[in-house]
Amino acid sequence: MITRMIVSALGDRGSLVFLGLLGVAALFVALSNLLLPPGSALHVPIHIVALLGKYVCYATLAVALDLVWGYCGILSLGHGAFFALGGYAMGMYLMRQVGTRGVYADPVLPDFMVFLNWKELPWFWHGFDSFPFSMLMVALVPGLLAFVFGWFAFRSRVTGVYLSIITQAMTYALMLAFFRNDMGFGGNNGLTDFKDIVGFNVQAQPTRIALFLISVAVLALTYAVARVLVTSTFGKVLVAIRDAESRARFLGYRVESYKLVVFVVSACMAGVAGALYVPQVGIINPGEFAPANSIEAVIWVAVGGRGTLTGAALGAVVVNAMKTTFTSGLLAPYWLFMLGGLFVLVTLALPKGIVGTLQGWFAKRGEAKRVETSEPSPPPEAPAAGKAESAS
Amino acid sequence: MRVFAVLALFAALALPAAAASLQETLARFAANDFSETAKAIDEIAESGAPQAASLIDALLNRRLAVTPDGGVFFTDAQGRAFDALTGSPVAAVPKGAQLVRTNNKLRGQIENSLGTLRLQAPDPAKRREAAEIVLRARDVSALPAVRTALSREQDPVIAKVLRETEAALVLSRPDATTEQKTLAISILRARSDQDAIAALRAATAGAPFAIAQEARRAIVAIEKRLEVQAAMQNVWYGLSLGSVLLLAAIGLAITFGVMGVINMAHGEMVMLGAYTTFVVQEVFRAYAPGAFDFSLLVALPLAFLVAGLVGIAIERGIIRFLYGRPLETLLATWGVSLILQQAVRTAFGPTNREVGNPSFMSGAFDLWGLQITYGRLWIVVFTLVVFAGLLLLLKATSFGLRMRAVTQNRRMAASMGIPTARVDALTFGLGSGIAGIAGVALSQIDNVSPNLGQSYIIDSFMVVVFGGVGSLWGTFVSAFALGIANKLMEPVAGAVLAKIVILVLLILFIQKRPRGLFALKGRAVES
Amino acid sequence: MTDALLDDAAQKEAAARKASAKGSVLYLDGVSVSFDGFRALNELSLVLAPGEMRAIIGPNGAGKTTMMDVITGKTRPDEGEVLFDGTHDLTMLDEAEIANLGIGRKFQKPTVFEFHTVADNIRLALKGPRTTRSALFGARNRIPDDAIDEVLSRVRLIEHRARPAGDLSHGQKQWLEIGMLLAQDPKLLLVDEPVAGMTDAETEDTAELLREIATRHSVVVVEHDMSFVRALGVKVTCLHEGSVLAEGRIDVVSADERVIEVYLGR
Repeated sequence: MITRMIVSALGDRGSLVFLGLLGVAALFVALSNLLLPPGSALHVPIHIVALLGKYVCYATLAVALDLVWGYCGILSLGHGAFFALGGYAMGMYLMRQVGTRGVYADPVLPDFMVFLNWKELPWFWHGFDSFPFSMLMVALVPGLLAFVFGWFAFRSRVTGVYLSIITQAMTYALMLAFFRNDMGFGGNNGLTDFKDIVGFNVQAQPTRIALFLISVAVLALTYAVARVLVTSTFGKVLVAIRDAESRARFLGYRVESYKLVVFVVSACMAGVAGALYVPQVGIINPGEFAPANSIEAVIWVAVGGRGTLTGAALGAVVVNAMKTTFTSGLLAPYWLFMLGGLFVLVTLALPKGIVGTLQGWFAKRGEAKRVETSEPSPPPEAPAAGKAESAS
Repeated sequence: MRVFAVLALFAALALPAAAASLQETLARFAANDFSETAKAIDEIAESGAPQAASLIDALLNRRLAVTPDGGVFFTDAQGRAFDALTGSPVAAVPKGAQLVRTNNKLRGQIENSLGTLRLQAPDPAKRREAAEIVLRARDVSALPAVRTALSREQDPVIAKVLRETEAALVLSRPDATTEQKTLAISILRARSDQDAIAALRAATAGAPFAIAQEARRAIVAIEKRLEVQAAMQNVWYGLSLGSVLLLAAIGLAITFGVMGVINMAHGEMVMLGAYTTFVVQEVFRAYAPGAFDFSLLVALPLAFLVAGLVGIAIERGIIRFLYGRPLETLLATWGVSLILQQAVRTAFGPTNREVGNPSFMSGAFDLWGLQITYGRLWIVVFTLVVFAGLLLLLKATSFGLRMRAVTQNRRMAASMGIPTARVDALTFGLGSGIAGIAGVALSQIDNVSPNLGQSYIIDSFMVVVFGGVGSLWGTFVSAFALGIANKLMEPVAGAVLAKIVILVLLILFIQKRPRGLFALKGRAVES
Repeated sequence: MTDALLDDAAQKEAAARKASAKGSVLYLDGVSVSFDGFRALNELSLVLAPGEMRAIIGPNGAGKTTMMDVITGKTRPDEGEVLFDGTHDLTMLDEAEIANLGIGRKFQKPTVFEFHTVADNIRLALKGPRTTRSALFGARNRIPDDAIDEVLSRVRLIEHRARPAGDLSHGQKQWLEIGMLLAQDPKLLLVDEPVAGMTDAETEDTAELLREIATRHSVVVVEHDMSFVRALGVKVTCLHEGSVLAEGRIDVVSADERVIEVYLGR
């Protein structure tokens, strides 16, 4: 049953193209960096690999966000918080790995704690010297926050913009909290100066390539899980809730349970994405909680096309590639104009996003073709609808 | 007033010279020995010489020097040199003069005697300050000087302080009678501040049981009063913060509360108002520096216009295509906010711009022990005026009636001939314009930078949501409640933690009552 | 008739109703709801026998929709008793629990899942477990097409099964929603204005469909269209200002002086 569901979920053209392209691109990047000489035109330098790894993490976050926004209508403006929490869990593991190589050479305490004159490790730092425990926390902590937050919010039926505003307030409150030194997460500076991860130097080329490939694998996995969720009846209920919440309730669906499940799953995904992001960029600080970051993630999804999953991933990469290109050099002062313009443009002119618009276009063309070729035609709506269903 | 002060001065000069002549006294400095210097200070203080105060002041500030031949010279704060004996100016302090050394003990003594000396100063503010200093020091030997000063003091306010000073000194004197001490306690109890507590506390040590008991009771009473006063002060800070929140949120209460539009660029409207103030002030500085105090009056209507017009442009250009799609509106207006921020950053630079306070906004006064700054007071008043004006506009004008008609039933309003599109644009312009004038007020107390709006947006939304969307009075109550709650919590938890706690409580509150404090009920809400 | 006599009659009726709570499928007694001082329901009492179909009429603002909201758990009454099957206190339950007890509702404005196909709309409505687990990997994914088609042929939408519900006409959406109600297989159906915006022919078809449904379910129909109510040929309750104004056969109710007055404002 489950295998059949996975096959049917990932067997559509969109998924095959997406996963295929992702795999090919990842292999190309990894092999070209390892095998081709630096002078070669096709050589991908290591800093670009790290940059792409960052994009892939963002894409994972975007897929997680699309799962709740595109399919269940929950516009979370606080997904950056889950991403950052996952990142902090990883950062704590990496800090514990530093050991005596820190500036103050304390075997247990990270540098910032020594600097603050702390004598022992706070209780919540225990266990983070263990990799499996840390990896568990990477998903568990964001998941738990999402569960508690969602439990209250969905039960009391906070919906629409109200929910968006309180998710934003949540990440804002977390940002303020993490800025405080006495929270025990390094305050303003956050966690940085990592040395190694499961025994490998985080700066070394093979580690970077491995991290990049793992990020790609996690994106693929996240996509697969999301795809299985949305193609099952569970996904149909989510869409039903998105489009007519009270109808779903009057049919007897516990709307809050469905929302809670998808919100928690999405938060865990965001946490994992954040965890892979941290070793690749080398720092995690409270700025990651900034409300602006979460809204930016929403625009990736909108640009790519919400409710398409592939579009979300694409949007994250496209927008961030633009950001990298334009924030350096001559156009740097105009980047915010572009980003702001993108928000306006996408909502006004391209509400379905890139992938959504393309899908609609293909569906229409396919319909026209079929009407032309098959005479006498069956009721024209039926094949069109069938097409739309398989494409979505 | 001034006449009295001059009279007092003459009286002081007429005092009979003390036992030792000034010359003998000054000779003590030549020794440059701490105990000799100490004696000299007391003698100078008692001498009544006109230059006594400046002399001792110079000693305190290491500007008093002795020459090897016994001449004593000092310089004043401006560096002019004087002969200590005659008090007349000289060209310069002779070469080879040595500074008279002091130590901490001496400094304490100097400050006390300066206090005693200044009790006679012609300037009332100085006299008062001196009385306070003596009260704090509680140097029993100053008692005669205090009494002399009290007998001559004409200013009732200063006389009161002097009486309190006398009381504090009496309490420190072992030989005072029980009646004197009881009276002193009651005077200090009426004064009711930290200094009074200190004086009373000192009096409890070694005093007869009844007196000590009385003093302790007075301390408890004062502490209670001070606590209430501190709480009142926090409430005032809270009111002040609340009015800032209300100012920032009030425009949003219209665009979000009445129209249902999520305008994430609302904070940028506030920012535009603040920058308009900056530009207006620059013009005033350049062309009419004398009329600078009127700059805010000019800035207010301009800020309303600038922000209002930008608001109308946003409504016509973007928002009208997105009615009924709140989440899309949210994203589009966020984009607008980024564009506006960057536009201002490009035009005015990324750093804070200097916005001045007109004279009526600076300074402070004391009200029942509360410190109230004029700037804050004006902002509270201004907020209330704006709020009242808005209420009036909505409830008592035909525009307000049309606006409410359109927001309640667009189709019905349209069929009655109300130009709904124009009303939408004007309503949005009104909300934005009010944000603009909020910016004028906020420019007086906050940094004017491109990020100004960002810091208000989340708070403003929380205020409106907490108060109940669609209810202006709800916004009013909610802004002040949040402001006061925040400030009452600050002394306990610290500023950042207080803010976090408020945010968390708000999130919990919205779970409990998703539609806010003053929620509208009924079927209409659902649609 | 004097007021005293009226009161007396009302009291007797209330006593009789109380006795009938046991055997009823739906039992409302003294239910009041107010919104900001406006009394939408005013001590409303109503009893529905198992298998009965009842038509509710009344002018705008009479409290018809609010009554439905109270029964389905959308609105909590300020006071009064609402019992289902004589045992379940509906005022303590939420919408989903009430739906799972066996009460289905059709909205005034047809509400279907527009992005889903007609078949998927029925699939989501069909009776069975509705937990997240059943929807993820469980029973909800194994619903046979036959079950869906059976419902669709009853509401005459079988040839539209693969179309997105959003593409249906207004009348077809009404029927799809009724189909979803049938798929739910509830003991009690609440149907709010089922023929609004329908052609005469469609209205007749709908009346026939409802009569057919009423043979196996208890039904409450709220409707403005008097000819439709007449076509149903069932007991009628007329609401006015949140309470029952008249009750009985359609020709009796429509002849009632007070009913004529509230409708025509005489």
